Parts: sequence; C-alpha cells; structure tokens
Amino acid sequence: MSMTVTHDILIVGGGGAGLRAAIAAAEHSAGLSIALVSKVYPMRSHTVSAEGGAAGVMREEDSLDQHARDTIFGSDFLADQDAVEALVQEAPRELIQLEHWGCPWSRDPDGRISVRAFGGMSVDRTLYASDKTGFHMLHSLFQTSLKYDNIVRYDECFVTSLLIDDGKVQGVAFVNLFSGRVQAIHAKVVIMCTGGCGRVFPFTTNAAIKTGDGMALAYRAGAPMKDMEFVQYHPTGLPGTGILITEASRGEGGWLCNKDGYRYLQDYGLGPPTETPVHRKMELGPRDILSRCFVQEDQKGRTFEGPHGSYVHLDLRHLGEKLIDQKLPFVRELTRNYVGIDPVVEPIPVRPVVHYMMGGIHTDIDAKTPLDGLYAAGEVACVSINGANRLGSNSLTECLVFGARAGRAAAEYALDQPAPATNPVEALASDEQRRLDAQFFRKEGGTENVADIREAMQQTMEEGAGIYRDEARMQQTCNDLRELRERFANIRIEDRNDIFNTERIGALELDYMLEVAEVIANSALLRRESRGSHTRTDHPERDDANFLKHSLAYRTETGPRIEYAPVSITRWQPEERKY
Amino acid sequence: MSERTVSLKVTRYRPGQDSTPTAQSYEVAYPDDWVVLDALNFIKDHVDGTLSFRWSCRMGVCGSCGMMVNGEPRLTCSAFLREFDSQEIRIEPLAHFPVIRDLVIDMSGFLDKLKSVSPWIIRDTEKDPSEGEYLQSPKQLDAYHPFTACINCLLCYSACPIFGLETDFIGPAALALAHRYNEDSRDQGSAARWNAINDHNGAWQCTFVGECSVVCPKSVDPAAAIQRLKVDTAKQWVRSVLLPWGQK
Amino acid sequence: MTRNRPDPSLLFHPRMPGNWWLRKRTYFLFIVREFTSVFIAAYLIVFLVQLYQLGNGPGAYQAFMGQFASPGWIGFHAVALAFAIYHSLTWFYTTSIVIPLRIGAMVAPRYVFTLLNVAVWLAVSAAILAIYLIW
Repeated sequence: MSMTVTHDILIVGGGGAGLRAAIAAAEHSAGLSIALVSKVYPMRSHTVSAEGGAAGVMREEDSLDQHARDTIFGSDFLADQDAVEALVQEAPRELIQLEHWGCPWSRDPDGRISVRAFGGMSVDRTLYASDKTGFHMLHSLFQTSLKYDNIVRYDECFVTSLLIDDGKVQGVAFVNLFSGRVQAIHAKVVIMCTGGCGRVFPFTTNAAIKTGDGMALAYRAGAPMKDMEFVQYHPTGLPGTGILITEASRGEGGWLCNKDGYRYLQDYGLGPPTETPVHRKMELGPRDILSRCFVQEDQKGRTFEGPHGSYVHLDLRHLGEKLIDQKLPFVRELTRNYVGIDPVVEPIPVRPVVHYMMGGIHTDIDAKTPLDGLYAAGEVACVSINGANRLGSNSLTECLVFGARAGRAAAEYALDQPAPATNPVEALASDEQRRLDAQFFRKEGGTENVADIREAMQQTMEEGAGIYRDEARMQQTCNDLRELRERFANIRIEDRNDIFNTERIGALELDYMLEVAEVIANSALLRRESRGSHTRTDHPERDDANFLKHSLAYRTETGPRIEYAPVSITRWQPEERKY
Repeated sequence: MSERTVSLKVTRYRPGQDSTPTAQSYEVAYPDDWVVLDALNFIKDHVDGTLSFRWSCRMGVCGSCGMMVNGEPRLTCSAFLREFDSQEIRIEPLAHFPVIRDLVIDMSGFLDKLKSVSPWIIRDTEKDPSEGEYLQSPKQLDAYHPFTACINCLLCYSACPIFGLETDFIGPAALALAHRYNEDSRDQGSAARWNAINDHNGAWQCTFVGECSVVCPKSVDPAAAIQRLKVDTAKQWVRSVLLPWGQK
Repeated sequence: MTRNRPDPSLLFHPRMPGNWWLRKRTYFLFIVREFTSVFIAAYLIVFLVQLYQLGNGPGAYQAFMGQFASPGWIGFHAVALAFAIYHSLTWFYTTSIVIPLRIGAMVAPRYVFTLLNVAVWLAVSAAILAIYLIW
C-alpha cells in the first residue's frame, strides 16, 4: 500500500508566511500543485495572536530610507541591510495586496488605510486592523487561499522529518493525526513556515503550538541556524498567563508606571516624559531596552509584587473609553476576561515576556536556505531583517514580503526541476515509521514524564538565557540541556491509541524544543558582547570588532558547532545605538 | 493563592476501542485564576496523558478549545473554574459534531461549508496593488466589521438545534461570513454567493432560534447576519422575477 | 481544498435526544413559536369559513356566528389570540435584528425598534377599533 503522494511545492505551516507563500506560488503558475501541511487548521496558526499592526511606508511624510534606517538601528546593526531594503521596498505593495484580499484595515475619515505609532519607529507607519491585526491578516489570507484549486491542504499533519535524497530536500514525512500513520509527500521543493519557538521558555506570549518544529527539522537536516541567541522579550505581557498586551497600547499613548505611579523610563535615558507620545521616546522605545528597564526597576525594588512575580502598570486610563474601544478593543476584552481589569478605570499589570525569535533558519534574500530544495520564511527563518532586536510591527510585514518571495522563488525552482523517474521518498517514509515506532509510538518502558522534562527545560532557559545573561549561568543551562536530552531518551508514553494521539505529539514537540533550546543557549554562550536583546552582565558593551557578524549553528552529535558569517552593510555604517 | 478542588467529569471516546463515549472523573485542586483549560492541561501533564483535546493560544482568538462545559458551548481558555458553583463540572466535546476522539471533534465539514460561500473578495475587475488601496470610509468599514470577528470556534454550531437536526445546514459562522463579504464595499460577489445562501441548506434552513448569537464569544451575531441574508436573497429573487433583463 | 479527513467509520456520531427542546428556555420558546403557527393556520381556516358563510347570506352567517358563543370556541379564540400575539412580538423582535435602527451614527438598542413596532401595531389596532365603533 502506498501512502505517498507528489506535489510540486510543499509548504510546512499554514500561518501568515505559509499562506502567503502558497498564494504566491499558486498565482505564479496555475499548473503547479501546492501542498500545505500544518499540524493545526490554518486559522489556528499563531499569526492569529498578533495584535498591533504591520509596518510599511504609506504616507508622503515617510520614506523607504527612514523605515530601513529605523529597522537597522533597532537591530543594533546586525540586520542584513540588503534584506532590510527589500523588506521596506516591497512592504507597501504587500500590505495593499492584503487590502485587496479583504483585510479590514482601520481607516481614516478619507477612506485611506490608517497608520499608528510603534516602538522604535520614527514616523507613524504601522497599519492596523483595530488591535487584532494578525487575526484579520490570517483569516483574510486563509479565506483567500480557499479560492485556489491548486492549493491542497493536509490539515492536522505533524511533520517529523525532511526527506533528503540525492543531496536535495525532496519532501516530508509526517504523522497524520487522524490515523496516527506516518505518511510521506514527495515534492520538488519545501518551504518551511512553522514560526517560532517561544514555548522553550516558561513565560511567553506564544501559543502552545510554538515549539520550534521547523527550526529543528531544518537543523537536523543540516541547515545552519542563524543568530538564535537573540530572543525578544515583549515589555508588556499579563503576569501568569503571558497574554500579550499590544505595543499599540503605548503607540496610542499608554504609560508605563512603577509602583509609585512614576513613569520610570525617563530614568533610563528615554525621556523626557511627555503627555502625548513622541516617536522613539519613553514608552515608544524599542522592546529590548524597555524590557531591561523593567529588570533594573525591579532590582531597585520599585515594582509591584504579585502572585506571578513582580510587575509594573500599563496605564491607559487617560486615553478614555472612546479611544480604547475604537483602537484597543481587544486589550479591553483580554484584560476584562483574563484578569478582571477594565483598562478604562484601572491600570493593567504587565511584565516582560518572551515573544519572538530574531534568529532562525539561515536564508538568503530570496528565502533560500543552504540546503538544496529548502526555503524558509517568517519567524522560523532568519534573513536577517531583525538582527539583534526586531521592531514591533515588522514581523507581520516580514511574513508577507518574504512569504511571497519564498513562494515565487520556490515556484521558479520547482519549474526548473525535472519530474523524478521514481518516487525516492517511499523507502524513506517506511524508515521514518520504524524510527518513530521505536522511539515514541511503540516504545516500551521509560520512566520520565514528558511534562517534567519540558518544565525543567523551560526553567533552565529562563535562568540562563533570559533578559540578562552571564557566562556561568549560560554554561549551566547548556549542561542542563544535555542532561535533559539524556533523560528524554527515557520518556514514558502510555497512550497506544493511534487516533489523535496528542501524547505522542507532545513528546515529538519536546524533542524539537530541546534541540532548539540547545542552539539558543550555545549561541548565546559564545557571543561575548551585548547587542540588542542579547545582554551579558559579563560583557556589557557591543563589540563590533569581534561580533559584528551572524552566528551560524550547525548540528553535531555532541551539540551545536558555531560558525560566523559577515553582516551585509550597504548604506548605514554602525554607530552607537541611543534613543 | 487559595486552592479549591473540583471534579471534572470528562467525556472519553477511544476510537476502535469504545463504541460509545464514556465519562471519566478527575479530581483537580486549582488556584483561583485557573480556567477549565488549565485543569485539562494539568490532567494531561500529570494525571492521564491519554486524554486528547485541542488548544493553542489560550487567549480566546485561535478558536481551538471550544467544548461543552456543563452543557454550554464555551471556550475553555476563558471559562474560569471559580465561575461554577457545582462540585462537579461536565466537560464534553462540542455538541452536534462527529467525535474523533475524547474532546476532539471532526470539523472538516465546517471547512467545506466555509468554502461553499466563497469567503473572499470577488471583483469584476482587479486593481493592481501599485494603484493603491480601495478607499473605504470608516462608515463602510463599520457596515461589515462586526462580522469579521468570527474565530471559527464553532460554538454557534453547538448551540444551534437546527444544525443538530440537519447537519448539512451551512450554519451560523459560514453564513455570517457570507454576509460579511456581501456587505464589504470592496466586494462585488453577492450574486456569486446567492446560490449557496439561497440553497435548501443555506439561510432558509435557519428558523431563528437565536442561540448562536448568545454563545458567540466574539459578539459576531450570526443570527442577525442570517436574517439579513434572507431579506437580501428575497429582494434579489424579487428583482430577478420582476426585472429579468436587469440581471447579469 | 483539504485532502486530510478522519476515517468516517471511526467517528462517533451523536444524536439529538428527543427532549432537546426542553433542555433550554430559548429552545422551548422557539418550539412554542413554531407551534403557534398551527393555531394561526387553524384560525385562518375558521376565518375563511366565516367569509364563506357571509357569502351564503345573513341567515347562514348569523347561524355560524352563533356557534362562537360556546366555551370551546371562545377558548380556541383566546388561545389563538395569545399565540398570535406571541408570534407577532417575536416577529417584531426579529425585524429589529434584520433592520438595525440608526440614529445618526449610533445604532439604537434593539428593544427600541421592537417597541416602535409594537407602538405602530397598537396604533393601527386602535384605529381599526375606532373605525368599527364609529361605524
């Protein structure tokens, strides 16, 4: 019985980048057959949780150069400037394309798409659909994707390996959740769009599905992981749950106050405090700096103490009910539903929370990875336009621009490939079934609880790879992760029913997370400087002489091997990053 | 934080093993700020790894975690345990849907229905993005915006007895989406959606129980959307009869 | 298009219990509304017969009308009237949903439109009654 099917292009992940890539490929050539494989139904993808907006130059007072400069400056000069230039140049077209596909962007009275202020941006350039931008983008893309008959979805299929033959990526093997069986799809080219891995940390805005699947898959297949040490903390998450309170709440004029009601950011060089928001100042500073300010304020004992750790106040009361309902309705809904606080009358408790991975699978400007036949786009990839710190509202744009680029480039690549004489992945699929049966599905014995190992991993990641880092703690985390890997070999899986077996999937996800966590910790250990989100107490200064370069992690049996690659610098020479 | 204990009576269905679902009880001690989903995850992680359910964002926007909680369709990520006075809380899969396993329902039928209403912008002529956006006033946006908020959580289908009796009914969420596109000033596709909406399984199947709008966690009001669709399709029908030459 | 679906033979298909409409107040009210149609239809038939008798001359009509004085017929009319009112009110409410009442930029609460409907209904009824009495 053959379970193998063939498509021209296979996309793993049905979020913003994956759907955009699928549509781009479908429009490139109606003759191409495109498979979209996702472990969840596409509208469940984590793009759905993005709130604040998507950046692009839309107004006369703005310019592509300003957007590029803000992004590069925000990245602490680690972004590749050619990639940033491509991003800012193609952003307006992509955002308008999405408008044509039905995205309900918020509008000005004259009918044009509205823009709002965002952290680190020097002009209002963030387009938004109230404060559910990611939700509306995802549903618009998903609904639009339904009209293309050459996009074939494989919903609720969990990819377990890339199939490589003849030195090329030729498809994937996956567990079909509905049957529990391992299946394979042959494809001329694969695009990885699985998003990030926030769940390697205990406290994150990320959804449960953000377990670094695509990163681990590519890494295991031999692709290098770029700049994985750069982990973005978002300054405003709800304590306990980690639910994101959008940066747009500060873009619209919200204040961060310590327990004395004092806007503490003015003590950290971000002042002066003003009644109405000023670009790049105070609460509109970049995320890495604001998160560090919180930690310092906490060390001074000027934060509130709560059951889920210390916190400060995000005060929106002065914005008034009308503006909050009009521009931040989701913030009000979330705080009312989850912490019983109405931001119209009470400040919101917030603390920094793991939000985004600047690093990812190394790709070039056309989303191509060093592995022949593998492309990647979105948070899973590192082009890099985000360098050491991403500016808020650049990531949704990145999904669109580089998702589209990946779709087009993969389509070109697929059209150039000859049809295979025999299907090469058949045998590889049965090997994969045997491997998974032995290690997971039919594994006998085992004493370790998957959840215990996951919690231990998250704990050590927070301790060693958090906002402030140092050699000793990072080394400890690296050691802990090796030990956890050994414990993982002894996991216990009780569920023997093949249908919708989420215990197996949970174990496979932890397998991926352990892989990715190790890359983060080891890359961080070797970067002996402070840059963007990577802040070391033992190396507090940026060191351009030694570290103005990307780290590239390659997998070996004994752990990651870190190499370095130059940063592309076109028109903006590195300077001190001061706001 | 104070802890209380509750007994969760959870529906189990193991395909291939069980012919009908059974109930299994789990005792869970919980702090004040736990939601039903937290309790289910606690069970999954520390008590019984074989329990299957869907969840992801835990912030009420991905639409994965809908279940029947004490007989009412709810998003379990926002159903706080402290809300329930009872010592026992019943957790069942969303009503009216085929069950794949435990609390996991088969929603592939919904995806077919979604596609059947052509939920995308349909235009006679497309404008290239280089020519800029379609202008849309805030008032034009307001006309359809409430109907864009649907997260496809399917609670409305579980609240709808018509869907329970006639599972081919396109149903509240998909019809609300059809209305959303019909009302969008950028769209010119209402004629193309007419057949699906006017079909036996379309808007006319609805007898206006109204519960879909009551349970909607995003205040979409699909009941209103469907009644308006009925008026629109009726008007379109009258027009096609009286002015056949006016039809394209 | 989705290629992946669960094996239909392994699914459990739930069935609606026969008493589903007793499980929730709204379901019960909905079923009552559906049920009112029976009485409204019955009343309509009676009304048509009444018109037919009117065509048969004053004698036949008076004889027919005479039967209405019996308790059974009075009961029937009372129930039919109650159900007709119930049905009409739910219809007025439905109309308020289908046609949102806009006052400037604001959409008025639904009960406003429902009450407006009821007011118009009462006014028309009063007018008919007045015409009848004056005649």
